[in-house]
Amino acid sequence: MNALMQNYKALAIGGVAVVVALLASVVIVPETHQAVVIRTGQPDRVFNMFRPDAPYGQTGAGINWRIPFVEQVRLIDRRVLDLDMERTQVLSNDQQRLQVDAYARYRIIDPVRLVERAGDERQLESQLLPILTSVVRQELGRRPFTSLISAERGTAMANITKTLDAQARNYGAQVLDVRIKAADLPEGRPLDAAFTRMETDRQEEAATIRAAGQRDAQIIQAEASAEAASIYADAYGKDPEFYDFYRAMQSYRQTFLAGEGQSSMVLSDDSEYFRQFRGKK
Amino acid sequence: MILGAVALIWVAVTSVHFIQPGEQAVVTWLGGKYSRTIDSGTRFTAPWPIEMVEKENVTQIRSEAIPGTNTEKLILTADQNLVDLSYLIRWNISDLTLYKYQLSDPRNALLEIGEAAMRAAVARKKLDQVLTGEGRAEIEQDVRERMQARLDAYRSGITVQGIEINKTDPPARVEEAFKDVSSAQQDADAAINRARAVAQQLLARAQGDASEFNNIYEEYKLAPEVTRRRLYYETMESILSKTDKTIVESGNVMPYLPLPEMKRRSQAQPARPQGE
Repeated sequence: MNALMQNYKALAIGGVAVVVALLASVVIVPETHQAVVIRTGQPDRVFNMFRPDAPYGQTGAGINWRIPFVEQVRLIDRRVLDLDMERTQVLSNDQQRLQVDAYARYRIIDPVRLVERAGDERQLESQLLPILTSVVRQELGRRPFTSLISAERGTAMANITKTLDAQARNYGAQVLDVRIKAADLPEGRPLDAAFTRMETDRQEEAATIRAAGQRDAQIIQAEASAEAASIYADAYGKDPEFYDFYRAMQSYRQTFLAGEGQSSMVLSDDSEYFRQFRGKK
Repeated sequence: MILGAVALIWVAVTSVHFIQPGEQAVVTWLGGKYSRTIDSGTRFTAPWPIEMVEKENVTQIRSEAIPGTNTEKLILTADQNLVDLSYLIRWNISDLTLYKYQLSDPRNALLEIGEAAMRAAVARKKLDQVLTGEGRAEIEQDVRERMQARLDAYRSGITVQGIEINKTDPPARVEEAFKDVSSAQQDADAAINRARAVAQQLLARAQGDASEFNNIYEEYKLAPEVTRRRLYYETMESILSKTDKTIVESGNVMPYLPLPEMKRRSQAQPARPQGE
């Protein structure tokens, strides 16, 4: 009985040991990661290493084996990673300041080298960030301000990508591209100056529009006056002498009747009006 | 016995999957190796954790509003002006496997690419083109194409369905100046309208005067001397009947003009309205 118990115990212990050993030697590598197996400090082999043409399911992800306790596994991201640069002030070659926001995308193509030279992705990031910042500063600093704010930054982006890629390769990473996310005027004087310019531009536009309106209004009135003058000339030109008389009559009425009762007239009795009055002629 | 029942339930629960319409799921062995992608419907897999299933809606159009809050987002235009712009990216997952395994953070990548593409597109347009909306459709199209090209280059498994620009405003700090431009336009229109009214009056008056003259002139031609006299007397009559008259005999008498008195009289009634 005791012996049996002993046997069971041994079996149980043996079974547990086997399970533990099995669990310790199994490595499940997710599709999203590559696994570097390190034996006594030296990278030995890689599971699920990135290969651009391998379809998913046949890349080596899933169950893999290692020697427990002797081999350690480090998981390294297999996907496209993001390197986000902090906003940096860039001085263009015409001494204008610009606030630049950039990002790079990269992928780890040689995880062994990464493990050897940088350790892990986070270390790599802290290595690459200052390089990215300084390359961006350098490349953009060679260009005039206007070409920086335009989308066509010419060869600048290609150069930045190339330089950063060369550095990243040392750590087993490949830079896919570098993009300028934003290029802004810095707060303070440059931004204020831009606002002032926008404002004065608009003020000028408003003044121009108002002036054009005035001009058109004057033209319209002048044309109408000219047309009216020609209408008058057509009518009155038929008999200038009669017009003179007719207009004089109109004018008298206008002048004396407007201020009714306010006018006093001193008339000489030999005026035309009193011709009959005096019984003369 | 109980263990067996639990195991059975376990298998039943974790190996039958109801994938909703519009959803897909990736199946992985032990959370590692990719096995297959399954479509909507009732699907069977090996029980967890032998096969693991991750569902994702692939037909649903997702929207990303940028900027998310009501903050001002200033973008430089080609003529170095600033515009306050907000937009919407609509996207969906076109390839679930790529979406899951290609990018470490697909959504963030999408947003960054969108931002870069939008700024690049706006930087090609002048401020007026952006503000008037005439250039908007072009910008939207441009951004969509640029984004898709980038996303395809990363093999991200994302399709950009559309970009919509919601708002393009001048920056708040210079808004007044912009408003003044449109009020200037209204002022100009008003000046022109007033001028047209004056012009119409001038012409109407001229036509009226001319036709009046023509009518009288017709009469005058028939009997020049009589008409002339008649007009003269009619005019004088109407004038003199309403005026103070002093008639002075010509010749030897020195006329006395009661000027102060006349003045007084005209001062006594100065407030008389002009036209009655």
